[in-house]
Amino acid sequence: MAKKDAPPRWDRKMQQRLARGEAAALGELYDRFASLVHGLAHRVLGDERAADGITREVFAHVWQHPDAYDPKQGPLRTWVAGLTHRLAVQRLRATETAALAQGGGSTEELERKVRHASVAARADYIVTSMPAPLRAALELAYFQRRDYRQTAADLGVTEDEARRRLRLGLQLLSTAHDTGAPGAPPGYGGAA
Amino acid sequence: MNETNRFEAYDEHEGQDDGKDREKDENQKARQDPEAPEGHGRHGPHAGTPTGPGGPGGPTDGGSPGPAQNPGRPPRIPLPRASVEDTGQPLPPLEELPEPPPLVLEHPILKSLLGAWALAACSAEETAAVEDHLGMCGACADEALRLREAVGLLHPPESLDLDPGLRTRVLEGCLDRRPPRIPVPEWAAPYDAETARLDALLRDMGDAEWHAPVRLRWFEADAATSRRTTVAGVIAHLLTVDGLVALALGLDDPLGEVTAQSPTPAARTEAYWRGSHFPPTRSVRAPWREQSHDLVRTVSFTGGGAGKLSVPYGDFDLPLRDAMLDRAFECWVHAEDIAEAVDYPYEPPSPRHLNRMIDLAARMLPTAVALRRRHGLASPVHGRHLVTAGEPGRTLRLEIEGLGGGEWLIPLDSPAAVGSAEHEVAHVALDGVEFCQLAAGHVSPEEAAAGQVGDREAIRDVLFAAASLSRM
Repeated sequence: MAKKDAPPRWDRKMQQRLARGEAAALGELYDRFASLVHGLAHRVLGDERAADGITREVFAHVWQHPDAYDPKQGPLRTWVAGLTHRLAVQRLRATETAALAQGGGSTEELERKVRHASVAARADYIVTSMPAPLRAALELAYFQRRDYRQTAADLGVTEDEARRRLRLGLQLLSTAHDTGAPGAPPGYGGAA
Repeated sequence: MNETNRFEAYDEHEGQDDGKDREKDENQKARQDPEAPEGHGRHGPHAGTPTGPGGPGGPTDGGSPGPAQNPGRPPRIPLPRASVEDTGQPLPPLEELPEPPPLVLEHPILKSLLGAWALAACSAEETAAVEDHLGMCGACADEALRLREAVGLLHPPESLDLDPGLRTRVLEGCLDRRPPRIPVPEWAAPYDAETARLDALLRDMGDAEWHAPVRLRWFEADAATSRRTTVAGVIAHLLTVDGLVALALGLDDPLGEVTAQSPTPAARTEAYWRGSHFPPTRSVRAPWREQSHDLVRTVSFTGGGAGKLSVPYGDFDLPLRDAMLDRAFECWVHAEDIAEAVDYPYEPPSPRHLNRMIDLAARMLPTAVALRRRHGLASPVHGRHLVTAGEPGRTLRLEIEGLGGGEWLIPLDSPAAVGSAEHEVAHVALDGVEFCQLAAGHVSPEEAAAGQVGDREAIRDVLFAAASLSRM
């Protein structure tokens, strides 16, 4: 995907345009990130309308506070994903707490559910953000049920390389379980 | 009934008598089979097996005519080699059967296999070797566990068919909270929305769908015309014609080095198609989208002053704001062509935007009527002298029904005349989307479902003029 490899220049310019109050920039921001935002929110909340609501909140937040993003801290995409994650998990916790108050389930269940949703969303983000060759290898081996030799043949790489990609891809994915330890690179942090 | 069905039905019919006979035959044979003489078995591989519960030819009794099952008969097919069972010697105990030699792999190889192992994507021997190793190597066992857990996190991607209306709602919500200092002009909003909608349609399309055939249709000299291309070819068409607006705004021409014979939409498109060595592919999406974003951005800055700017289309000019509406309209029309080609659903524009597009077409109608008249296609202004500019003249009331509709008074005698209810000679009522299909050249004027009252000639002139607004 060309989009995620966009140079940070795009991020900086976008921030300046948003800060300037350029409505066209807001449209472009939406076009680039709406499916990411909506997809993550949907993974956490499992509900279309709730995901719509989070999408509205995320873009409103960026539009109202464009300076909250610091290009030095990383790509805009990562920041937007982190913001989405935080707001969606917040919403999930709020609705689950409300359900709890009405006598449904235990606090442990709530925590487990929140954590589970949070990890699943982070995993989605990692998959969409990982280098395309790793994603392609995982896609073949997992969704298309190809073994690593077939995967290698399909991708036109050596068997060594196919094994390496599958292992590296899973290693990246497994960091979804790390709840935003400072400096955790591949995810967007964002502790549940 | 379509061709295929007819063919099948015919086939079936043809075979019917024959088939019945054959079936009878078969049944007889089956009945005879058990007591059939030996030679009958030549008919099939299953002939030698007794008719078990599965019947002859059942899936399980196929290839194993073991002598033990069939004591009375010698094996018809010789066994490939003498086996231990045939020697009369005692069978070796199971555990002594020679196993395939265990795979011996070096630690780095085993480690490199962990990902494939976790995904169940290596051979049985490798799996066994890895699992043996995990019992002995703590580091690998830890990693194996971690990777197995990671596999559980792989989900098919969420279906990302975002509600196209969400974009408008989200953006409006934002702009309410913080009014923009540089808004998108209201006349550019339809283009902004339609390009976003088309882009969302393109996002999920597979490589093959980009090459799905599309027939562009329009009206030329009162006759339906068409041109074959592909989905990617349609986007290339939008890119090159949107490029007319880009040029007028001082942006780069997407045609680049390629020169068109004339600066018309069709000539530019043909030049672009010819100019590329390969048929357009999905790679055309990015430049098209980038240009559409640039257009929205640039017209936001030119703002109010842009009213004076006009966009040359070769044969005619349109003021910038109308050109942007025209491009929005074309974007929707071609998005429908594409959606139809790949069998996706596609909705009409929002009523507000549809209304602006209809308004543009209605405003262009008087000129189109005059143009057809000049070519002898529309009825002459019988005995009446042309109306003085700015004066009311014979008028057709165009009533557009449905969301986004409204009423328009179309002056018939001259583009410079003013439509007037007092001078109404005809009344046409049409659904909004139907009217747009007509103006896009997708519905012929004769077939357009229009309610009509009054001067038939005037109605015919206006409906044909609407179709004549279409172009490639």
